[in-house]
Amino acid sequence: MKCIKIDKKQWAGGLETAASTYRLFGPVKSGEVYEFAALAPGREPDMAVQNTRTSPRSVVYPQAEVMFEYTTDENDPDAHVMKEPETDEKPRAAIGIRPCDAYSFVLVRRNFDSAEHQDVYWLRNYEETTFIGQACHNPCSTCFCTTAGCGPFHEAGLDVLLADAGDHYVARVLTDKGETFMKAAGWDAGIDCPDQEWEGWKTAAQEKIVSEVATDRLANIDTLALHDAGFWDDAAFSCINCGTCTYLCPTCWCFDIQDENKGRKGIRYRCWDSCMFPLFTLHGSGHNPRGDKTQRVRQRFMHKLKYYVDRYENGIQCVGCGRCVQHCPVNIDIRNVCNLMNSFGEAESCSVA
Amino acid sequence: MQNPYYPYPVRIDDIVVETEDKNLKTFKFSFLNPEDEEKFAYWPGQFAELSIAGLGEIPIGIASSPTEKGFVKFTVNKVGKVTTHLHKMKVGDIMGIRGPLGNWYPWETLEGKNVVIIGGGFAFTTLRSSIAYMLENRDKFGEIHVIYGARSPGMLLYREELAEWEKRDDLNMHITVDAADDPDWKYNVGFVPAITDEKAPEADENTYAIICGPPIMIKFTQPVLDARGYAHDHIIMSLENRMKCGIGMCSHCNVGPVFVCKDGPVFTLDRLNQLPKEY
Repeated sequence: MKCIKIDKKQWAGGLETAASTYRLFGPVKSGEVYEFAALAPGREPDMAVQNTRTSPRSVVYPQAEVMFEYTTDENDPDAHVMKEPETDEKPRAAIGIRPCDAYSFVLVRRNFDSAEHQDVYWLRNYEETTFIGQACHNPCSTCFCTTAGCGPFHEAGLDVLLADAGDHYVARVLTDKGETFMKAAGWDAGIDCPDQEWEGWKTAAQEKIVSEVATDRLANIDTLALHDAGFWDDAAFSCINCGTCTYLCPTCWCFDIQDENKGRKGIRYRCWDSCMFPLFTLHGSGHNPRGDKTQRVRQRFMHKLKYYVDRYENGIQCVGCGRCVQHCPVNIDIRNVCNLMNSFGEAESCSVA
Repeated sequence: MQNPYYPYPVRIDDIVVETEDKNLKTFKFSFLNPEDEEKFAYWPGQFAELSIAGLGEIPIGIASSPTEKGFVKFTVNKVGKVTTHLHKMKVGDIMGIRGPLGNWYPWETLEGKNVVIIGGGFAFTTLRSSIAYMLENRDKFGEIHVIYGARSPGMLLYREELAEWEKRDDLNMHITVDAADDPDWKYNVGFVPAITDEKAPEADENTYAIICGPPIMIKFTQPVLDARGYAHDHIIMSLENRMKCGIGMCSHCNVGPVFVCKDGPVFTLDRLNQLPKEY
């Protein structure tokens, strides 16, 4: 393991140097809230921010992304034929991404990089992105990452992990990609990794995480029985189907594909979609397999906590960032629902959501 | 890396109005680049996304058979934005086809077996593909029964072909309509479940049923097959759901842990019994 000490006085300068090679993204204030967005030249990421309002998923998977361009001008020999847009952009670097958010890409990759099909857009963006993570020394009260497959110092999905040591960062360089970035930033003060101190920070941070989910029984519960469980109406009762949870979630990946025309030119693009919306499943015939609110709320939780578990046999599709818990306007709490699901069928299970 | 969202450019070579209400048309396409036809190697039961620049894509079952070379055919019901536009398009127009997508009827399992095809209305398209494929490979299959029904004689798809199939002695055709006002109508009158009860062979280990039709037909046909003793792993169905990507990425069409587009659209009833009824 290679470690580098970055004096905070060299932080802004290093990022500026790296910006000549990379497009930098990081937590910045946008209006009233913090977003994980592209950094304008000279703008520093706000490293004190815990969880940005929207997750960094847009770094790899923009809310709207052009897939093809076309013309319907009959005089053009390529009229009506889809063309991939030219891309000659610099590689990306996500600065100060939190370990849970970085780990979300590992989970989402299972969807976009399957044995049968590869999503060229997602994979291209993912592979060209370097993830410079920042450990969470002071997690939020809504964080439950340690029981959701990761943790405040989790390294999976990261290329570099920074820990804040007062006047400097200790950077653990985890991959070659990370090393390349560190060179591009000119941060080269190699040090012996302070393993003991690091473990102390990590343990202290983990101990600050007070909320938990239980997921141990999910894999072995019968899918159909859980789908038909009695608690879904209660769990969905207060939901207003606003879709906030799905847009803030780092592991939600659903999308729509649309064509948009301007004169005779147009683009086929994809944009985030949400299983909370009735249009999501509406058939041309008018039939809607998930026309009721309860069905859609159940879909969201079943997808994350059961279907994903069934399909990939590799944990839940949630990293415990707590955004949906913080921002749900009617206080639906995935931790409660997860625990309800996990205890389904137990002799004395709680029946109130 | 091949872009799975790229539609192969195709030209409309022929358009046939199939039904008396003119709501169903069959489009015959040829690929602008001949190598794309090779890439589009498919099996009966698969579907594709028909793509019209400026309007979008629609998932439609492939009605031609892989034994028919030089073209692909799709029969399209006029329903929404893309299909309505498609119905206004003309021979020679350029559009796109993305696929083939999804799984197919289990042809390896069906080899050497008796096959009972049960179809209703405009869901007969991939069944048409299957029948054409089986007839072209006739020695690979046992007895073949086809039960196909529509509301009226004028609503049957592929009428000329049906008449030819009626004449064959290696195929048991049971065409039916809900009602006929044509005094010359010489086939069955009655709903598909009733005709299935009358005509379908008894169940055995070597007989498989493929059902494709409107939900109401499936609802009433399944008890008939159950009563006949068809095992649920011998009943094969094809599902539909709203789709966008067609390759299991966008998550629109999931039914529990499976995607209709990628893990289906073909499922045995046995498998469907284990899934939520979200289709």
